[in-house]
Amino acid sequence: MDGLQSALREQSYLADRGLATVLFLALRLSRPLFLEGEAGVGKTEVAKALSAALGRRLLRLQCYEGLDIHQAVYEWNYTRQMLHIRLLEARGERAQEQDLFGPAYLLRRPLLEAIDNSDPLPPVLLIDEIDRSDEEFEAYLLEVLSDFQISIPEIGTIRALHPPVVVITSNRTREVHDALKRRCLYHWIEYPTLEREYEILTLRVPGLPDRLARQVTAFVQGLRQMELYKIPGIAETLDWAEALMALDREELEPELVEDTLGALLKVQEDLAALRGDRLRQLLAQVEIGG
Amino acid sequence: MTADGRLLRNVLHFVRLLRDLGLQVDPHRARLFAQALAQVGVAERSDFYFAARSCLIYRQQDLADFDRAFEAFWRSRFRGGIPLTLPARHRLRAAESGSAENKVPSAGIESEPAQGVGPLAYSAAEALRRKDFSELTAEELDQVKRLMRKTAWRLGLHPGRRQRAGKGRLPDYRRTLRSSLRYGGEPLVWALRQPRPKYRPLVVLADVSGSMEPYSRMLLQFLYGLANGLDQPPEIFVFSTRLSRITRALQSQDAEQALRGVFQEVLDWSGGTRIGEALRQFNLHWARRVLFRGTVVAIISDGLDRGQTELLRSEVARLQRSCWRLMWLNPLLGSLDYEPLAQGMRTVLPFVDDFLPVNNLARLEELALQLRGATAGPRPRRGGLGLHPGRLVDLRAGESA
Repeated sequence: MDGLQSALREQSYLADRGLATVLFLALRLSRPLFLEGEAGVGKTEVAKALSAALGRRLLRLQCYEGLDIHQAVYEWNYTRQMLHIRLLEARGERAQEQDLFGPAYLLRRPLLEAIDNSDPLPPVLLIDEIDRSDEEFEAYLLEVLSDFQISIPEIGTIRALHPPVVVITSNRTREVHDALKRRCLYHWIEYPTLEREYEILTLRVPGLPDRLARQVTAFVQGLRQMELYKIPGIAETLDWAEALMALDREELEPELVEDTLGALLKVQEDLAALRGDRLRQLLAQVEIGG
Repeated sequence: MTADGRLLRNVLHFVRLLRDLGLQVDPHRARLFAQALAQVGVAERSDFYFAARSCLIYRQQDLADFDRAFEAFWRSRFRGGIPLTLPARHRLRAAESGSAENKVPSAGIESEPAQGVGPLAYSAAEALRRKDFSELTAEELDQVKRLMRKTAWRLGLHPGRRQRAGKGRLPDYRRTLRSSLRYGGEPLVWALRQPRPKYRPLVVLADVSGSMEPYSRMLLQFLYGLANGLDQPPEIFVFSTRLSRITRALQSQDAEQALRGVFQEVLDWSGGTRIGEALRQFNLHWARRVLFRGTVVAIISDGLDRGQTELLRSEVARLQRSCWRLMWLNPLLGSLDYEPLAQGMRTVLPFVDDFLPVNNLARLEELALQLRGATAGPRPRRGGLGLHPGRLVDLRAGESA
């Protein structure tokens, strides 16, 4: 477990003990891992860092509404099929159905690629933002994840020889069905603590002046205590720190914060709420805390 | 006792604690937990905690209960594993909320008709249909509830993102290619796909503050009917000074049980009205999670607001921007001499797409019919009133003058 934690750290990903524990268990027990948390707490990054740390291929399936089997699992390569028919025709032959619907004409999408893999080490399959897909896709996924097999009517059933490491993420914009979650190990990722976020910041934005790093972290942590429509995540903290670095600043000042706040807050109402007095108050707190 | 035996005892003990708290733990999750413990051991508190958490629960809202059970378990380990019993979850809730029973309005939802109430003559039923909910006697209430159960609620369909075989505009290569094989590989007949229709999602925000009390019994019955009558269950919230989500509580086959669930969730029944604050809570915490894919939002309220007007204006405006159509159902609108003079109602009207009465059964039945059409059509004109009673046509013009 400690090994996993430091391997992730080498990929510039700081996993706390809790996350390291469940990742370790997911690998040992061959269970899919269901990661839930607010947007921007680093759920997607986990899978990327994990695949890099373990030296495995990363297959990513980005979910969206209406995602169906043809985009997630497989599709037939119609253009090639048509060309094949034409080619045979030119030779005076007729196309046979079983030739046309064979592996050569199959376009392999992430799920099929993950199940039907011949990698030396099974790949990491990232199913990103499952909450954006619809119930039908969830039901299908449940089927795939329970047996690690996929049926293609024209070819038959394909079973995984070495099941992939599965990481499913959700922003919890809607409740994902319990049946799917029950199949998985579940982990809820919180926003990082002040110390942890400072560590992440110094690790990911090298060259950031220490004083600025502390101020930035304290300011963002303060922001998260406010009632905002969209709370900034770690990605926003990193963006903002980089913006401040690019401006060659060493310290937070009210005007500077106001000018660069767009890197942190993406909703007009939130920006408006923070201008003026509240911003100064928050900055004053940061000064006292830092 | 062997090490395995001790491990198993720990697992069973902990699972029992969780069940005492009302958390469901499947046997197969308990087994998974045992496997996980074999990997991480029981020596390290933090490892044990996260292993147990990842295996035994799978919902963020169960985290707090889980933590309580974990604390109890970890403490009891050092007392020689004496099993502790925790008070069950529903009892705890009742204790936290004070005497929750006292706040429960006297009449609730009934799944079975009251005895001794026979079928109504046609004319009597018609009269009842038109009688304002607030003027019904207890006996009439029962009769109306029975009639209400017959109302069929349907939501409109809209083209979804998924495609199916049909007469749409997108080509269906798979079927085209298959059929072309019959003509020597010539795609003579182009098969097409069309969007598969989906029901529009519905979100209901119902006002249960003091001024709405005359309507609250029927309101509950109405919400229960919606929760269990629609093919795609709506998200339902109630508010007075704060907002409570009662979607899960209402989804019960047993109406009485559903009602008890609702009263456990809602702690400020018949309190004051701060619509703006309630909408703000909704916009902040729920909008992201329940408003998607062209959701219709229906607010049921008399608009008698005691909160800040400015807050109400900005929140209702935001809500309208984030949903597909915003309906406002007002029980007061039913009476002939009603004018939306209340400050709250005047504030929100410019942002409401439909403004409809819901004061008696006849109106509700009309609504059931309108809902289907209103939710199926093209995107409504924004900032104007779509559906509304005829005499309110130039209400908006009057407002801006």
